[in-house]
Amino acid sequence: MKHNPFIRKMLEKITEQILRLSGAITSITILFICFFLFKEGIHLFNNPDIEKGYGLYVHSRNPTIQLSPEQTKKVFDGELDNWKELGWDDKNISLFRIDDAFEIHSEKDLGENYELLPQKLSEIISNDESIIAFLPKKYAPSGASVKELISENIKIGDYFLGKEWLPTATPAPLFGVLPLVLGTLFVSIIALLIALPLGLGVAIYLAELAGEKQRRLLKPVIELLAGIPSVVYGFFGLVVLAPIVQKAFGIPVGETALTGSLILAIMALPTIISVSEDALRNTPREMREASLALGASQWQTIYRVVIPYAKSGISAAVVLGIGRAIGETMAVLMVTGNAALIPHSVFDSVRTIPATIAAELGEAPLGSAHYQSLFLLGCILFVFTMIISIVAEIISKKKNYKTH
Amino acid sequence: MKQLFIFCISCLLLFSCGSKSTDQQTTDASSQSNPRQAVKIKGSETVLPVSEKAVQVYMKSHPEANISVTGGGSGVGIAALMKNATDIAQASRAIKFSEKEKIQESGKSVKEVVVAYDGLAVITHPSNKVSQLTRAQLEDIFTGNIKNWKEVGGEDLEIIPYARETSSGTYEFFKEVVLDDKNYMSGIMSMPANGSIIQSVSQTKGAIAYVGIAYLNKTVKALAVSFDQGKTYAMPTDQNVKEKKIPSGPPTILLLFI
Repeated sequence: MKHNPFIRKMLEKITEQILRLSGAITSITILFICFFLFKEGIHLFNNPDIEKGYGLYVHSRNPTIQLSPEQTKKVFDGELDNWKELGWDDKNISLFRIDDAFEIHSEKDLGENYELLPQKLSEIISNDESIIAFLPKKYAPSGASVKELISENIKIGDYFLGKEWLPTATPAPLFGVLPLVLGTLFVSIIALLIALPLGLGVAIYLAELAGEKQRRLLKPVIELLAGIPSVVYGFFGLVVLAPIVQKAFGIPVGETALTGSLILAIMALPTIISVSEDALRNTPREMREASLALGASQWQTIYRVVIPYAKSGISAAVVLGIGRAIGETMAVLMVTGNAALIPHSVFDSVRTIPATIAAELGEAPLGSAHYQSLFLLGCILFVFTMIISIVAEIISKKKNYKTH
Repeated sequence: MKQLFIFCISCLLLFSCGSKSTDQQTTDASSQSNPRQAVKIKGSETVLPVSEKAVQVYMKSHPEANISVTGGGSGVGIAALMKNATDIAQASRAIKFSEKEKIQESGKSVKEVVVAYDGLAVITHPSNKVSQLTRAQLEDIFTGNIKNWKEVGGEDLEIIPYARETSSGTYEFFKEVVLDDKNYMSGIMSMPANGSIIQSVSQTKGAIAYVGIAYLNKTVKALAVSFDQGKTYAMPTDQNVKEKKIPSGPPTILLLFI
């Protein structure tokens, strides 16, 4: 086959450009996703700490100036029911929501476009000193006897250190991500503690001990584990694993961090096994032979020569395994019970970041504080996995010279 | 627009009488409407099976109609309605005041059409001896004030309440009607779907949860609930939903621009 050298050159040039372009597109996509995540997420802190477009109103004789989101939540949940607890006189707090106005007055009383609503609302407030009313700003009551409580923007500290995740609570949603972050890390680390010994064992067996026949059978089976959809794992976890865990440990609930960790461990196994097996197999033949020639047994060779040589590869396997576990969504959503509590034991129910995003994004109103808080959760997850991949990169590049 | 309205009416008829025949009048009227005009319906997953079925039946008698139905969730449907990205939003809750405001700001108004009411059943593990609860007791259980079954006449067993995810219309509805707008206890177990709630309750002895009555089966036990301080108790049956003796909701709603 003879080609015109000019055309060939052209073709090569074009191919080169296409390859370069595809590289560029990948990088741009990644940058774009980052930008998108952070852009949506960062807006959260521009939102007021009570629901947008609404305000809290009290009687002007009430000395309260401001309530924290936690206090607001407690007041409207009836946990704080006396103004004394908020530093005023001994008066029972009476709650008022906009819907209550429609119970007192008929729609007719309020005018066609509710233009009489503000007036009625200020009447209601001025008649009751101990009232706290949660009302839309559009119909804000005015008058000398009405006072609006100051609302601040959502604080960064409240987000990252808050202990309560109640994103749909009214009037004050609580976006405390601490239980979610700790839950995610907790489940992933326990999963790793289960998967690592098991995975390493299988990898050593495959690389060193198994015959060609067993290897040819076992390897595809393990790779098949990676191919099972995560929903199926979740289903298996909920129906089979949860009752087993519940009975085995005699605990009241089967949906625990431990159940989630077990499922994640199974899911992380293929990654851990194949990466560490590769690392073990990469040990040079000469080192193995030298060890055996010195009179070491096969087990001594594995333990003293092969594993230390493959240390960095095994560490990379560990880190990639964590990465797999941290980002897992569906399986965890189905088996951990999703209670947003800081976990104290493996038998507690936990809520992870990916499960939260998956479960809540569908119905969070677009552009609302809830929506943005979920994007910020995505950012946190992104930072986690980025750190993990960087660590994996550093570890796998590092050569261990001590064994030489 | 006309096609859209007719579709709604036929939906209503379909749901109310439960028959699978579209009625005669709509057939005549829609033949005059523009056959190319596509009608988009979007929103709640709860309403989805019903509206899909309705569209199927409607399309059978109106092959020229072009109607697409997608899910996404009540909030997504209403958001799409605000942005004019859908003609009809379906929701498993009433439209929120703030959402209504936003639509009114854009100079349009929405119309709510209730197509069905779902009954809500409170369920426990079949071995549970408690067979009835009042609304106030349910409120205390789900807000975390009652923690043991012996406080409501059962055995000495920890109560484990399960809720739906916050995105669910049922979650909001239960909060509004049963919890009197109070928040669920923090760190309540929450499950992504009705099916997984049933699964969890059937394998957890101290569990209590709520589901739409369509999901009830023999692996769980439904409780009678009292909404009048314990004077009368009602079981979650179709009849009691119709007579509004049990929390008959969440309403499934179609919202449309007019």
